[in-house]
Amino acid sequence: MTERSPLREVTLVLPMAPDMELVASQAASALASFVGMSADRVDEVRMAVVEACINAFEHSHSEDRHVDITFRVWGEKGPDRLEIEVHDGGVGFSLADVEDPHIEKKIRSGRKRGWGLKIIQGLMDEVRILSGSRGTTVIMSKARGGGSQES
Amino acid sequence: MTEGLKLTIERRDGLAVIYTEGYINNQGGEEIARAAYSLLDEGYRRLLLNLTGTRIINSIGISILIEIIEKMLEVEGRLAFCQLTPTIEKTFHIMGLAQYASIYPDERAAMAQLTG
Repeated sequence: MTERSPLREVTLVLPMAPDMELVASQAASALASFVGMSADRVDEVRMAVVEACINAFEHSHSEDRHVDITFRVWGEKGPDRLEIEVHDGGVGFSLADVEDPHIEKKIRSGRKRGWGLKIIQGLMDEVRILSGSRGTTVIMSKARGGGSQES
Repeated sequence: MTEGLKLTIERRDGLAVIYTEGYINNQGGEEIARAAYSLLDEGYRRLLLNLTGTRIINSIGISILIEIIEKMLEVEGRLAFCQLTPTIEKTFHIMGLAQYASIYPDERAAMAQLTG
């Protein structure tokens, strides 16, 4: 991997307020288009970003009630991968405590929610989650075409 | 900022079609649920959700769609979807919704199965 610095970096600070995830989604759309992704892949990035924001809004218990989102465009000869980092300053969580949702259980359960991480992992090429007492950071990336460009 | 959801309902012989336009979030999902339960009260047991005007949906909205699917199973009805964007269809498959609700490429294909 020879990448040193991103070709483009954009940072957003969004309040945890209704529909603010759509602001993140619009920025994601613009940057994914800049990378040259197809319309379908742009939509996948948008949905993943929406889910990451909603997870932060709903589960972080952040006192300052905002999320920091950093978009980085990577590539050697031109833009070929978008990385998105969504950080909240909340209480963190243990990944081991997150139940993998299954439709068979959800359909007869009182709790139908809890799909965010599964959707993000299904739509993005790579997803890393760092969580601790200083909050949670979801780092996800998607290449311009199918499959990751990362080594 | 809100891309509010607009619903249009068409009642046909024994089947109702709900057309959506806009973002399906928690409020949007609840609007669809209200419309679906009202149609159930009217006696419709086959519902088709045509998402032709929706490019983005979130997991809270989809969770409400799962509640509707559960309700339809209880009354031995059928809920089906058509005109999904490839991303929404992929998301439904990631979640396994296709096990409980049919997904059709377009309304013609859906009607052929649901009214046949």
